[in-house]
Amino acid sequence: MNVRLLDIAHARSGDKGDTANVGLIALEPRWYPIIQRYVTLERVQEHFRDVITGPVERFELPNLKALNFLLHGALDGGGTLSLKTDAQGKVFSTAMLRMEIEVPDDEAKNVGMPGAKQRPAYARSPKE
Amino acid sequence: MSKRDTGDRVVRVASGQGFWGDWLEAPKRQVEGGDVDYLMLDYLAEVTMSILQKQKERDPNMGYARDFVGAIESVLPAVATRGVRVIANAGGVNPPACAAAIRAVAQKHGVSDAIRIGVVTGDDLLPRIDELIAGGHALANMETGEPLSTVRDRVLSANAYIGSTPIIEALQRNANIVITGRSTDTALTMAPLRHEFRWADDDWDKLAAGIVAGHTIECGAQCSGGNCLYDWQTIPDLANVGYPIVEGHADGSFVIYKHPNTGGRISVPSVTEQLVYEMGDPNSYITPDVIADFTSIQVEAAGENRVWLFGIKGRPPTDKLKVSIAYRAGYKAVGTLVYSWPDAYEKAQLADRVLRERLDRLGLQFDHVLTEFVGVSATHGPLAGPPHDPPEVQFRIGVRGTDKAKLERFTREIAPLVLNGPPSVTGFAGGRPKVEEIVAYWPALVDKTVVQTKVEVV
Repeated sequence: MNVRLLDIAHARSGDKGDTANVGLIALEPRWYPIIQRYVTLERVQEHFRDVITGPVERFELPNLKALNFLLHGALDGGGTLSLKTDAQGKVFSTAMLRMEIEVPDDEAKNVGMPGAKQRPAYARSPKE
Repeated sequence: MSKRDTGDRVVRVASGQGFWGDWLEAPKRQVEGGDVDYLMLDYLAEVTMSILQKQKERDPNMGYARDFVGAIESVLPAVATRGVRVIANAGGVNPPACAAAIRAVAQKHGVSDAIRIGVVTGDDLLPRIDELIAGGHALANMETGEPLSTVRDRVLSANAYIGSTPIIEALQRNANIVITGRSTDTALTMAPLRHEFRWADDDWDKLAAGIVAGHTIECGAQCSGGNCLYDWQTIPDLANVGYPIVEGHADGSFVIYKHPNTGGRISVPSVTEQLVYEMGDPNSYITPDVIADFTSIQVEAAGENRVWLFGIKGRPPTDKLKVSIAYRAGYKAVGTLVYSWPDAYEKAQLADRVLRERLDRLGLQFDHVLTEFVGVSATHGPLAGPPHDPPEVQFRIGVRGTDKAKLERFTREIAPLVLNGPPSVTGFAGGRPKVEEIVAYWPALVDKTVVQTKVEVV
């Protein structure tokens, strides 16, 4: 099944110079192995391909059920040089959560991952 | 009883300011909402020092975070009579002037006898830059590798990030308000914990724990429900948000909590979001005192609005200090207009094409031009997908360059579009854009041995 990261993770991002960092945290600890396995360096590079100019670095924090990504060349020069609305990379977090990963159905079922209709409260639109 | 109500001695360090410009109410709320031992106020962001340096050039009695004076005034009774001690990097590029302003406030309120101000200096390397470069310190940009000599004539400020040691000396000499210049944000919290628990300067795990405590609360409410994505709709009473407090234990473990009857939420997810904020390599969070390993941090719920952090590992620091250098890097200006339905995005796109053609015809070239369409793609770019008939779109165009006159001319080209460009346009009430000087950040490293800090208690 296709799973949108918004449905299984939360995130916060920030800046260091022209690099944005995105910390991606599993919504449920038992979903961490899924993001650890399927949110790969290659997938994240592909996701941000048209948004950043530099490489991506990936780090694992199993203790926090989180991954940390450094997106280089993300901030139009960064800091005060940047002309971007998001010069400090504050919402690269939510841009990351747009990403979809392909998870084998049985694996998703084993860890009780939600289908699109059982998203956490904050991820649902008011009509759902 | 939660698992950390063990009855052993605790030291409480409250965060009252996460950056210069944070909530003015927070310091007073922290000292009046319940018992705390220390109030930690973080004022300095990467380019703050250069703003302060410019102020000091205009007036030698300026160059510190003015908000701090009001903050101290609001907490003075707690400091003078209840023994709450304040640690702040509000001194900017002029800690002595900051101390004088605090002394004046204490005198005004008749409590001057009860105030001992510790002043930490020695971080300011601006007067020594040429000497350092001549001595073989390239102060190369950590991102680009370029030596500082390439921008030497445009440098505005240069400050080494200093650690907990001078703050501890001030506390040992009974200062109850400690003012530093460019201390690391985390040292402001680690220092009182290290001081109270007498942690040795090579007790790496405990020092690292103090750094993690500092990282957790250095952005104020950002760990207690502010800017928290997890379950954000259910976070209660943000209008009355409680700022975080570290309840430190001698073994290095600590609880993050907030005062009763405050809003917001402290939970494992809210704290975890802050832990990953502005993170680089989590295995090596480098500070002047210690390198903390963020992959060792254990986080557990410990009661309502209480989260326990423990198990933190550290190792010896490097022999370098990071230096925060700011330099003049030209000018920028950003103009905006708002286009309405129908076809709001297409109108905004046409405005962009028209404006760029006019800039070309005027021969106005810039180092960089960036257009964004707010409401369509400004924050997520192409990841946002195609727009769905938005009710309005903001056209936002920024330019950057070194010729100020060209930027001034650019600012005159926005408003005419209201009458001579695409239709259904509004949102120009702010007048023409302002040209701002860019003060850019130049991170570098320097040998620890060249930085000598000094503590005075006045």
